Amino acid sequence: MKSFTVAKAVTALMLAGLVLLPLYSQASGNIFILTLFTRIVILALAAASLNLIMGFGGMMSFGHAAYLGIGGYAVGMLAQEGVGSGFIQFPVALAASAIYALVIGALSLRTRGVYFIMITLAFAQMAYYVASGLARYGGDDGLTVYKRSDFSGLVNLSNRTQFYYLCLACLFAVIFLIWRIVNSRFGLVVQGLRSNEQRMQAIGFPAKRYQLVCFVISGTMCGLAGALLANNTDFVSPAVMYWTRSGDLMVMVILGGMGTLFGPVMGAVVFLLLEEFLSQLTEYWALIMGPLLLLIVLFGRGGIMGLLGRLNRG
Amino acid sequence: MAEPLLRVEKLVRRFGGIIATDNVSLDVAAGELHAIIGPNGAGKTTLISQLTGHLEPHSGSVSLGGRDITYLPAYRRCALGLARSFQITSLLLDFTAADNVALAAQAHAGTSFRFFARARKEKGLRDAAHAALDRVGLLHRADVLVSRLSHGERRQIELAVALASKPKLLLLDEPMAGLGVTESQRMVQLLQELRKEVSIVLVEHDMPAVFALADRISVLVYGRVIASGDPAAIRANEDVKRAYLGEAHVVTHHV
Repeated sequence: MKSFTVAKAVTALMLAGLVLLPLYSQASGNIFILTLFTRIVILALAAASLNLIMGFGGMMSFGHAAYLGIGGYAVGMLAQEGVGSGFIQFPVALAASAIYALVIGALSLRTRGVYFIMITLAFAQMAYYVASGLARYGGDDGLTVYKRSDFSGLVNLSNRTQFYYLCLACLFAVIFLIWRIVNSRFGLVVQGLRSNEQRMQAIGFPAKRYQLVCFVISGTMCGLAGALLANNTDFVSPAVMYWTRSGDLMVMVILGGMGTLFGPVMGAVVFLLLEEFLSQLTEYWALIMGPLLLLIVLFGRGGIMGLLGRLNRG
Repeated sequence: MAEPLLRVEKLVRRFGGIIATDNVSLDVAAGELHAIIGPNGAGKTTLISQLTGHLEPHSGSVSLGGRDITYLPAYRRCALGLARSFQITSLLLDFTAADNVALAAQAHAGTSFRFFARARKEKGLRDAAHAALDRVGLLHRADVLVSRLSHGERRQIELAVALASKPKLLLLDEPMAGLGVTESQRMVQLLQELRKEVSIVLVEHDMPAVFALADRISVLVYGRVIASGDPAAIRANEDVKRAYLGEAHVVTHHV
């Protein structure tokens, strides 16, 4: 397993790039690139969490952006009410996401296939409209976060570099956790259920319980991304929960490679960089982006990771 | 006779107007190999599905070791010592043979809500998997993905999976289905071995195999048990000849 592969080399290169990015930004004086990559890292975290249920668990959730909003609103609402401590904001964001995931998961997991996709989408849209109706917290217009989460001197979220490294550390921690989870007893059961639910039931595993717990873990991780995102933009609005954002997350996962550890990170980097540079070229960037994604999905089964894997075999 | 391991009483299951299981009663003693035969459409798989908990009967009862399991979900029955193999091979194709079997062992070795320690490094589970694979003669294929195994090998893995849960009762739904002559012979040999360790309910079309293996045979026709007894009695039974063996005879002649 220790052998060299193209996929591993590219992954290592990408990770090294992410770690060294602030140095480059400082040396070149390009602050914009750091801001851009902070966003990329946060959304990569969200994509990685989606990949846990979608890639490893076979649960096609089309409402994952809801957690971005829940995590974000937890931070924004607490900040507005005068609770600025990150030690309170972040646990609340995670807990709220977990509870939402528990309720939505318990209801959605009664269904399968297309119905599961539709019901998760429906719940996320409900969350979207609920947020739009929160008049006290800005409603449609969203909520400005005037002060970033305060970690009493531990890390300063207003310092670009520190905030970037905080996000990167969260991303790495989540990927490490996912790696341990998918190789644990629990993870094997969840992947077994993706592969053949009938068989897993027959050897003695109650499917729903495992899937629900996996759904909650994934949602909680994405709530973390939401809390970070609100700090990054100093703003949270219902738009982060809109279904197109859920779609973006799915595209990142599929583009990078479902069910691979680093695929979602790669997917997020490629997707958001493309979006950034194509939108500078032309207003109609989606016209280029769409076919490009189509090509990768059609010819690169298993996404970018799948493509890289095949390079290796020549 | 002591309390049988498996007791089925007056089981009824309908699909619309069709009675697929019609007042079926039978029991399986501990250590017995009880074969269920019957022509196509006799309701054998329907019966098995009610034993495993994949289908609910409309009336009647199933008990295992004296405990009523009629309405228990499949995974709970499994915990009580009931294991099955599927008529149509049902495995985790994108997992290795060893993983498939180890998961069955895992289901019976404490909680699976463990999130951190690596399951593939758990010696107990790996050993159990390797032992079960060795039992069916596939130890050398342990690390091969099931999707790369032949049909015959997959049938054997089905058996290894069932064995790994250390069942009291093994429900085998046509383990010989689709096997070639030599593979069938190997399977019969294997079952000959296994029956010493575990009680077995065998649903099978392969008549020579059934008559070679079974202690008792129940004959199912149109959802009803028309005869039940040892192989010699079944061979001699006029109803059975008419309903089933005769028909099978005709079929083999055509082939």
